[in-house]
Amino acid sequence: MTGRRPACAIARACRFALGLTASIAIAVAHAQEISVQHIHADERAAAVKFMKENPGTKIDFRVVSFQSLLESLPVQLASGEGPDISMVADWGGLSRYYLDIRPYLTAAQAAYFEREFGPILAPMRGGDTKSNAIYGMAGAVTLNGAFVNLTLFRQAHVELPPPGATWDDWAAAARKVAKATHTEMPMEMDRSAHRFASLALSYGAQLVDDQGRFVVDEGLKTAVAKFVGWHRDGTMPMDLWGAVGGTTHLDRFSDFMNGKVVFYFGGSWSLFLMDKTVGDNFDWKVVDAPCGTAGCVVMPGGGAMVGFRHTKHPRLVARYLAFLAREDNMREALARHANIPAAATIVKTGAQYPNDSERVRAALAAFTRQMPNVPERAYAFQGWRFQRAALNALTTRISQILTNELDIDTALAFVKKDVDLAIRASSY
Amino acid sequence: MGSGDRGVRRWVPWLFLAPNLAIIAVFSLLPVLVNVMYSVTGSDNLWPSERPFVGFENFSTLLECGNYFDPATCSRDLFWRAVGNAIVFVPTQVAVMIGFALVTAIALNRNIRARGFFRGVFFFPVMLSPVVVAMTWLWVLQRDGALNGVLGALGFEQVTWLTDPSRAFRWSVFVTVWAHMGFYTIILLAGLQSIPADIYEAAKMDRASPWRVFTRITLPMLKPVLLVVFILAVIRSVQTFDEIYVLTGGGPGTATKMIVHYIFDTGFAVMPRNYGLAAAASLILGAALFVFTALQMRLSRGGGNA
Amino acid sequence: MPEAATMAAGAWAFVARRRGGIRADWTDWVTYGYLLLGVVVMLAPVLWVVLSSFKSEGNLMEFPPTLWPEAARTVEVRGYPRPLPIYEVRMGNATTTLAQVRRVGIEAKMVDPARPEAGLITVPIEDAKPLREFHLGTENYRRLLASAGGTIWSSIYNTVFITVVATVITLVMNSMAAFALSKYRFRGSGAALMAILATLMVPATIVLVPIYLIVSELRLVNNVWGVILPVISTPTGVFLLRQYMLTIPDELIEAARMDHASEWRIFWKLILPLATPALAVVAIFSIMSRWNDFLLPLVILNKPEVYTLQLALAGYSDENGIQYGMLLAMTTLTALPLALGFIFLQRYITTGIASTGIK
Repeated sequence: MTGRRPACAIARACRFALGLTASIAIAVAHAQEISVQHIHADERAAAVKFMKENPGTKIDFRVVSFQSLLESLPVQLASGEGPDISMVADWGGLSRYYLDIRPYLTAAQAAYFEREFGPILAPMRGGDTKSNAIYGMAGAVTLNGAFVNLTLFRQAHVELPPPGATWDDWAAAARKVAKATHTEMPMEMDRSAHRFASLALSYGAQLVDDQGRFVVDEGLKTAVAKFVGWHRDGTMPMDLWGAVGGTTHLDRFSDFMNGKVVFYFGGSWSLFLMDKTVGDNFDWKVVDAPCGTAGCVVMPGGGAMVGFRHTKHPRLVARYLAFLAREDNMREALARHANIPAAATIVKTGAQYPNDSERVRAALAAFTRQMPNVPERAYAFQGWRFQRAALNALTTRISQILTNELDIDTALAFVKKDVDLAIRASSY
Repeated sequence: MGSGDRGVRRWVPWLFLAPNLAIIAVFSLLPVLVNVMYSVTGSDNLWPSERPFVGFENFSTLLECGNYFDPATCSRDLFWRAVGNAIVFVPTQVAVMIGFALVTAIALNRNIRARGFFRGVFFFPVMLSPVVVAMTWLWVLQRDGALNGVLGALGFEQVTWLTDPSRAFRWSVFVTVWAHMGFYTIILLAGLQSIPADIYEAAKMDRASPWRVFTRITLPMLKPVLLVVFILAVIRSVQTFDEIYVLTGGGPGTATKMIVHYIFDTGFAVMPRNYGLAAAASLILGAALFVFTALQMRLSRGGGNA
Repeated sequence: MPEAATMAAGAWAFVARRRGGIRADWTDWVTYGYLLLGVVVMLAPVLWVVLSSFKSEGNLMEFPPTLWPEAARTVEVRGYPRPLPIYEVRMGNATTTLAQVRRVGIEAKMVDPARPEAGLITVPIEDAKPLREFHLGTENYRRLLASAGGTIWSSIYNTVFITVVATVITLVMNSMAAFALSKYRFRGSGAALMAILATLMVPATIVLVPIYLIVSELRLVNNVWGVILPVISTPTGVFLLRQYMLTIPDELIEAARMDHASEWRIFWKLILPLATPALAVVAIFSIMSRWNDFLLPLVILNKPEVYTLQLALAGYSDENGIQYGMLLAMTTLTALPLALGFIFLQRYITTGIASTGIK
């Protein structure tokens, strides 16, 4: 009997070893492959570089449209499908599908993430203040920004308001310039509540409270009143915010490019087009954000790269995200596609943009300079799970105020009701 | 009928019917039941298994109003604005459209040259897709468009045709009439042509004036066709969406927002999607259409046919 | 328009030839007047869009708009890579022709084409008048067809695919059902007919959400079949075909059955060819509806790769914002196939509709 027990043990050990080898073999046979999607085709370079540095891995890089990020991705994730990593524009909205990569990072890497991407990690947790999960990174952010047509100012012999000037100062200056130069529109703001939010935050609106509910406060009312006032007195054109209905997003960057507007409040993503289309036609610059009573706020935005829970290769996902977060890779990405850096170190030391014109570089520097001033409540709003519902409601209701269907108080009450309904619908 | 294996023959017609019945079962009849299911469940999930039962909550949210005449007091004010818009839009649009269609049909029915050409021209916009129709008129009506250009040449000021709520509404009526009038003209024309000529001859004998001919002879004989046209026009008008969606997007504000647009917005355009409310609104719309059609059928049968 | 002249001449001759009668002449004038006005109202906007699609972007942005497409006359100037537009400029008492390099706000920088080395001259815009000529530009179409990597071709393909496939299936399915309901007496035929006609009461607009669910369950979202399947059973089609088939004499079918022809052969080889006129009408309706479909594709198709022409047109803007020239070109292209088909098949279409109305 004693003779047989060692034999049994050996047999068992052999079977175990065989099984283990087999499963390792199978795991290796399912080659390390993940799918990554992004809206810019030039990001493929990062995937190529990763595959070169990590032979044996495969990154399936796909280009998708911004629209599908907003609409198709949530539907895919809801049915347990979708890519392993994706760019997401709605930082907090999909957080319940994100993969926490902290367990797969070393302590040093985790600390690096916290240091560089601090303000963004919080909104990605979707309002869960107790979590310390690391869901991904953002190499670049976009900021709302004020574009000014310097040539028109010069022709009108009007001085540019200095940094720290208020929205009212800029409105007055723009009106003067437009009158003198027969320009169609003094001021214009994209028909997007994301832009309006910058204005609202500058006047002290809180927008979302700690419990994740929409807030209607004096700051918001003041901002709306000012906004409506500018439409009534002709500073802003009625046929943008006032003409279309519903949640239609309209950006009028083309108006600025064609020299039809003096002061355009849009976003840093338009810089990419400035060189191509405006060229030397006129002199322009990005100015510091106009101020309200509570600060000179611009809303951040842009895409973060996150991994999803349903992935079969969490470790590889973590490695790819850490790769993207490496300083040299972030710098390369920024140079490829003129964007504002998000990582704290690069914000401090400044990024290089060898492929862009002098003016674009100056604009990016102006944006980067404003990065540290973006307050936490802006990030909190951006990462709020129901930000999209709030933006849709604001856009619709503000248009209704402009067409005299509702007054300000009723409209804001409706915004709150719309958002509350959306929260309720999602709470089941 | 006739010789052959009776047993086999009995289910052959069902074989022929099968594909059609399958499609309508899945895509027309089943959806009605599913709509009911959606309307009594909540949450923003698409899959029925993940939707909890909420009873009539969707309906009560939708129908809750402080004062039914003032949408701003309603919980879902956009729905009631759409209903309000429909209450004005449908009668106006149908009346204008049938009016013009009738006049055109009468004109085409006369002894004119190149009737085929004229008939084709009036019918032409029906062939255009709603998107093309809307784009065409957008191009003409925008601030720098042709209409303002013509007005400018005549010395008038530019007018904001589509960015003023009541003007946008009137143009919505105009554009939808423009796009669909030809269809009803053709039907009315056929109806006119089916009136026997000798009745007109008799009227001529009696030296009846054109107006009397029209009211005493033409209209009564046209009644059944007019009724069909009326029902078709109302059903289509209540469901107006495509042209107006592209033309004004429901704006300015909510001046041209229609019911189907509300359903589309609630169920598909906003995030998170509220399928329950959209389904509830759809059921209300469907019920209204059904009641309307049934009433019309009853009235037409009750009124006696010519 | 020469037509108007012949019309007027014809009307006059017709009126002059009248043999008295109850109706006075003036009603004919009113009739023709109304019809001509109708022609203008119906056709002018469409023709304006087509005409505008041949204008360049600059031409399009002008107000008041020019009637005909015009382009600035340009001249090659030494030292400038692209031809520059020419302006007639008033300087003092004389006028000279200068080429414009760029313009912002109220001043323009111009250069003398004969002496470019003399440098740029600043000219207030009110003193400059552009010199233009008639020019039918096709650049809008060229740019449209090439834009965004030619995505319009996929829209065209999708639309054509949906239209053709849906029409073929509709014709087959609906004629099968019509055959069953017209040439067979069986229990339940009334109920089946009622059921089919009842679906008239259930348009897509009121079952949007359920259709989306069902298409999702069938995994056909963002798939052209998700747009084809829900619409291939048309009650009007079945009705039309049935009415027509009822007029086909039963004796023909009996004779075929005597010859031991199978039911399918009877349907396919005998009935269908005889029903061609009705099939043609149903086909035309189907093509019209599928080409112009908007709401259902809007809900089901969310990715640009599967867009139909209507969706692409409605959502048209490329990365530089809305380019009106290309938008107009696209509108024209989208309307063109059906418009052309209409011109040739007008008679069929209008007779078909007339017969549906009188039911």
